[in-house]
Amino acid sequence: MQMKTSRFTDILLALAPLPLALVFTSLVLLIVGGSPLEAYRQILAGAFESPAKVADVVTACVPLILCGAGMCVTFTAGLWNVGVEGQIILGAIFATWVARHVLWPQAPVLTLMMLAGMLGGALWGVLAGLLRVYGKVHEIFGGLGLNYVAQGLVIWLIFNPWKRTEGATMQGTDPFPAPAWMPTLGRLRVAPPAVILALAALVVIYFLLRGTRWGLELKAMGKNFRAAFVLGVPSTPRMLTAFAACGALAGLAGAIRCSAVYGRLIPEISGGLGYLSLLVALLSGYRPQWVPLIALFFAALGVGSPRLELNLHLDSSIGGVIEASVVLAVLLVSGWRALLARRRALREEAA
Amino acid sequence: METGFLIQTLASIVAAATPVVLASIGETISEKSGVINLSLDGSIALSAMTAFAVAFTTGSVALGILAAMAVGAFVALVVAFASITLRQQQVAVGFVLTLLCADLADFLGNPFVRKPGPEIPHLPLPCLSAIPVVGPVLFDHNLVVYLSMLSVVAAWWYIYKTQPGLKLQGVGERPESAFARGVNVNRTRYLYCVVGGALVGVAGASYSLSIKLGWSHRHTYGIGWIALAIVIFGGWNPWRVAAGAYLFGLFKALGSILQRDPAFSGVPTQIFSSAPFALMIFALLLVSSEGVDRLLALLPVRLARAIDRTIRGRPPGGLGKPFVQE
Repeated sequence: MQMKTSRFTDILLALAPLPLALVFTSLVLLIVGGSPLEAYRQILAGAFESPAKVADVVTACVPLILCGAGMCVTFTAGLWNVGVEGQIILGAIFATWVARHVLWPQAPVLTLMMLAGMLGGALWGVLAGLLRVYGKVHEIFGGLGLNYVAQGLVIWLIFNPWKRTEGATMQGTDPFPAPAWMPTLGRLRVAPPAVILALAALVVIYFLLRGTRWGLELKAMGKNFRAAFVLGVPSTPRMLTAFAACGALAGLAGAIRCSAVYGRLIPEISGGLGYLSLLVALLSGYRPQWVPLIALFFAALGVGSPRLELNLHLDSSIGGVIEASVVLAVLLVSGWRALLARRRALREEAA
Repeated sequence: METGFLIQTLASIVAAATPVVLASIGETISEKSGVINLSLDGSIALSAMTAFAVAFTTGSVALGILAAMAVGAFVALVVAFASITLRQQQVAVGFVLTLLCADLADFLGNPFVRKPGPEIPHLPLPCLSAIPVVGPVLFDHNLVVYLSMLSVVAAWWYIYKTQPGLKLQGVGERPESAFARGVNVNRTRYLYCVVGGALVGVAGASYSLSIKLGWSHRHTYGIGWIALAIVIFGGWNPWRVAAGAYLFGLFKALGSILQRDPAFSGVPTQIFSSAPFALMIFALLLVSSEGVDRLLALLPVRLARAIDRTIRGRPPGGLGKPFVQE
């Protein structure tokens, strides 16, 4: 009987974060005088009311899946790769260079753009890795610093060498030549090749982490760095390859964003996606198989919440509040469960 | 004319460094006790927004600052609760809180964007501000600027010269020994994490009510990360942390002077907004990379040791690790 009640509480606690986060967000909405129920209804409608909206949600999923899967790799290795934002930007920059300078037919130019994006992202990721390994600069600071540097770089490019023919604006560069646009599904804003790439990357990462020596060694490093080192895991190359893998996927996301979504390079090309996918990876517990579902949830919030600005005159950042508070609630609740388990163990010991 | 310009520049550095000084001293206190409060960047944004919103609605700057302190302290309390009581990773909690606070600040601050609002009144200190050079540089500001200077001295004196300060150091350095001597490690950590958070809150208020008046999207652009890096750069010592913060203020002031100089008009402004973060990476490289050790090895031993002592600092032994107090 005792057993049964504790399992029941376990299940309740596992489901608790979502309502907790919604209660918190509702309070925030009430502070500004908004109606929480109306706000959630608007967000849902904004995300799913028409095929066009659903297509937008799927499109918004793509970078989250790519970067979320990438961050499963770095988190598995125990690395806080918060430089994904910058890696997306560098991927977009490299892809834009190809789009502007390589005048080939569509298929080869798109392939080259994606590869260039992956290269750019991987280089930026490895740079944070080199700072960590050889400079002893923690990857949080290296990565964040590089994010801001990348942000400066993309704005500089848009305002100077790559400015529009009619003059530089925050609108971004001139639109790419037609072959550099990823084909979309009819009039919907979703590019099937992008979705296929994201899902393929996810499967590859799943098997790399699960079924290869590389993945196992990353896991060992993440669990106990010193023990892994003593047991002969070559930590430096493993760390750098983890950064490169995550950077490549982030770079691919950047390339897809400018080729399939905007058809040009814009200053906000990463737009906080790097930080958002960090939340996705945290929430997934670094298990790639959970990434698409969480990405879908976050993408729906992202696509749905701008409606609040139009209809309720509320800022769309409430989407971000929901996302971050869900993750915070998960951390708090799982900590709470561990605390209860410890107390229970203590009581049993005493009894 | 030249000295007038110099004094004016120095005074502007002291003023501009205020939020960074307050935030990095607050973080130093927290980290000295063993708790990394990584939520700084978001916490500063949220407290800056709160300070402005409260001061704007009530018309009272003092209430605005108090509200900001409460916000900073509350965010730190969440970090402390999640990491000390619930034993979650400090970095994870801090990072998620950074993102949450930044979005909260954007959402709740929306009605206050680009509104003109109150400012912390200018208050030259009687007598002191009349001292030539030093007076106008240090004592011709507002109360929060004085508070930032005071926080450096007070933090140093408290941590190194008082009994409770020794306890604070012990809890951060060797929690086991402190516990063996009868110190309640976790309660002490809670206390200093929250005190540090309150200072971070004042840092936010100093932004929106003094340095960069008002509220807008991305108002405090990455300053929390700079403050966190300065704590490492300053080797967890209040004086050196303050030196780092004022050095940062100096670079910022130089940047804005260069930006106005016609000779540098060709340099794109984006360089100026990214430069602090590149500088942050270089500063951390300087104090932590092994390459510097190799360079130091080329120098005479005593000189090398002296330089090493001045630029390097060791993190508190128990930093970031939960302490099991049973």
